[in-house]
Amino acid sequence: MSDDLIKTIFGRLSIESFPIHEPILIGTFAMVALGGAALLGALTYFRLWGYLWKEWFTSVDHKKIGIMYIVLALVMFLRGFADALMMRAQQAIAFGGNEGFLPAHHYDQVFTAHGVIMIFFVAMPFVTGLMNYVVPLQIGARDVSFPFLNNFSFWMTVSGAVIVMMSLFVGEFARTGWLAMAPLSGIDYSPDVGVDYYVWALQIAGVGTLLSGVNLLATIIKMRAPGMGLMQMPIFTWSALVTNVLIVAAFPVLTAVLAMLSLDRYVGTNFFTNTGGGNPMMYTNMIWIWGHPEVYILILPAFGVFSEVVSTFSGKRLFGYTSMVYALIVICILSYLVWLHHFFTMGSGASVNSFFGITTMIISIPTGAKIFNWMFTMYRGRIRFELPMMWAVAFMLTFVVGGMTGVMLAVPPADFQFHNSLFLVAHFHNVIIGGVLFGMFAGVNYWWPKAFGFKLDKFWGTISFWCWVVGFWVAFTPLYVLGLMGVTRRLRAFDDPSLQIWFVIAAIGALIIAAGIGAMLMQFYVSIRDREKLRDFTGDPWNGRTLEWATSSPPPAYNFAFSPVIHDLDAWHDMKQRKAERPTEGFRAIHMPKNTGAGIILAGLSTVFGVAMIWYIWWLAALAFVALLAVAIGHTFNYDRDFHIPAEDVVKNEDVRTRALQSAGI
Amino acid sequence: MSTMTQTPPGAENPVFYDLDEHEHPPGHSTMLGFWLYLMSDCLIFAMLFAAYGVYGGSYAGGPTARELFELPLVAVNTTMLLLSSITYGFAMISADERKQGAVLGWLAVTALFGAAFLAIELYEFSNLIHEGAGPQRSAFLSSFFTLVGTHGLHVTFGLIWLGTLMVQVSRRGLVDANLRRLQCLSLFWHFLDVIWIGVFTFVYLLGVLR
Repeated sequence: MSDDLIKTIFGRLSIESFPIHEPILIGTFAMVALGGAALLGALTYFRLWGYLWKEWFTSVDHKKIGIMYIVLALVMFLRGFADALMMRAQQAIAFGGNEGFLPAHHYDQVFTAHGVIMIFFVAMPFVTGLMNYVVPLQIGARDVSFPFLNNFSFWMTVSGAVIVMMSLFVGEFARTGWLAMAPLSGIDYSPDVGVDYYVWALQIAGVGTLLSGVNLLATIIKMRAPGMGLMQMPIFTWSALVTNVLIVAAFPVLTAVLAMLSLDRYVGTNFFTNTGGGNPMMYTNMIWIWGHPEVYILILPAFGVFSEVVSTFSGKRLFGYTSMVYALIVICILSYLVWLHHFFTMGSGASVNSFFGITTMIISIPTGAKIFNWMFTMYRGRIRFELPMMWAVAFMLTFVVGGMTGVMLAVPPADFQFHNSLFLVAHFHNVIIGGVLFGMFAGVNYWWPKAFGFKLDKFWGTISFWCWVVGFWVAFTPLYVLGLMGVTRRLRAFDDPSLQIWFVIAAIGALIIAAGIGAMLMQFYVSIRDREKLRDFTGDPWNGRTLEWATSSPPPAYNFAFSPVIHDLDAWHDMKQRKAERPTEGFRAIHMPKNTGAGIILAGLSTVFGVAMIWYIWWLAALAFVALLAVAIGHTFNYDRDFHIPAEDVVKNEDVRTRALQSAGI
Repeated sequence: MSTMTQTPPGAENPVFYDLDEHEHPPGHSTMLGFWLYLMSDCLIFAMLFAAYGVYGGSYAGGPTARELFELPLVAVNTTMLLLSSITYGFAMISADERKQGAVLGWLAVTALFGAAFLAIELYEFSNLIHEGAGPQRSAFLSSFFTLVGTHGLHVTFGLIWLGTLMVQVSRRGLVDANLRRLQCLSLFWHFLDVIWIGVFTFVYLLGVLR
């Protein structure tokens, strides 16, 4: 075959694209291939494909989609954490002429992939999954506004994750850092496929994120149970509302800026180039206009979880509910007015820097108010130190430190010292691990019994908790110290041997965290093994206060046989107090949406399209795009999208629940 | 949300479950959801406008807006799009009156105006590229082609959607689902009109003045 023909068929893809010379990658690939083959084999052996396809992959049930999001987050978390371990190991040994074990080319991909995966494919699916699972239950709804769209959004996120994972074994990932700053990410300085992997993974996953934001917003606004005004919404739902406003208002910015970057790379436009009138600083500005709201997209749901947890485990109504809501709203607005604090050193001048420094510091006021509200909720409460509450307390202690170092970074003159240093790295890990991740762990421990009908094992949970908290501090305190000494981020090797001890301590911290992760996996395993012992028949294992605890665990497909009517902020607590009687007859057929495979097919085609674009396989890209359109249009010709759960089935379901409640003595 | 089932707090026998529930019609939040989506789309345009605002004068020694833009052509183009919005409005009035034939007729007219708009835009683009003023020439032209081209892509998708919807209306008639879709496309179409007015003002008129 002629070279031209091969190029037409395979684009840039060639045998050299496969990293056969890198032993680390070959080893990883072998592990993944073996693990994957074992998993696929097991699924086939136990004939689970039909079950997975019918009950999960095509499901439009918000609960199942929420769980799948969290599974995706946990799987990607292991990948992202492997990257972290590699970086800590590299930096701990690469001193005084020792080059460590990662070549520069590989190391740069590792820190980029770590950031991208942790933010986009761990934290995002985690918060989206939690919101998806909990919000409809908390507002007494049967599903989200657009159930099919929800399934589609999830699979688009998976598609992005698949593309990122693919870069590990075919070609390479970006070597630009997690925001792919221009002009480094332009075609002149990054001519290979790395940045294209980055762009298409984020564009495709971004479609999913945006649509799920629209979906949850419409759900919260339109589908609340009778009697639930905005100010009677549970605080987690409020945090979800504000988060999704941020998603809908921020992700289009990312879409636009990545589209401009790809035009620069594919078409040769001059948005972010040094020549032709382009301006790389535009990229920095635009990406942070998305990027700063993004960090609040991650933390606000965690705040919501802590509010629920602290109130439930203190046995008290949340202190200062109204101020909590307004704090959320103020943070939402301010998050759009601070983006420039990420690059004070750009040289915008004293006035501009002052403005953004001050707005940044102002954010600590509503955030501080929230911390005080949580403490006042605990004050004179009957505190039960169950796992979610332990995570909440650890969060309060850890997050306050992260918040204060954030205020330090917000001072423009000081930032000229801290900028791009390990101090910054320590700061954002302090708030993202201590805030977002602890919040998600609290949420998983809190809502797991709701999702599966049994509690998580406390022994392994406690071990995991302590390893995480201690490990976090051991891993990141040294980075604060190093940052103050002026060590910049993303370095692969060091000259000054006096710094090594700090990196060694940090690596030990990472190992302690690894033990925490191991204990968490053990916790899941032990809990599933001992599920009968940990079983909860009431549906309300924590003596909860909000509506998700009013139904069985796990909830039936329709969530509530009858829509609850709300009279109080803590609706379920109110119902328990006033001995609301659960209706045991008069059930009716319930109108529900049908499952559909369109979402996974569309996302699969998007993956093909993205990969074809990355490798310049134009014919395949065109084909995938046409197929995408055809399937999307075909799907709109399906008018038969819902069905009724017959009344007999509802009766059967609810009778089981009645007996379970009786056996639990309620 | 019905308020019928509510009882004031502290009442003797508060109602905790809605035992006599009426089904929500499917798609009762579609219009809100679609509007939210449009607002997010609007933000994409906002970023492209911002880029054009910054790069509008970055000619890089190349042709300027005043040299390139032909206002009469753009005026004709704008007329096409505005007329298509009016005819879409007529389609919606006919839909309200449940006149299926009229709806299809007006949709077809709308599609023609939309296609004319696209044809003129493509003609303008090919002229510019032919003159050596393609998107690669300068940041000004990059941002111009991206902003106007993104709008054009939206119109293209609108046309595909319109065609699909015409088939669906002629097959199934003006059922609720189709009426809802007509309303969504209506929002989308008028939204593109509003964006175009921004483009016409900020890109073409101000560009020529600049």
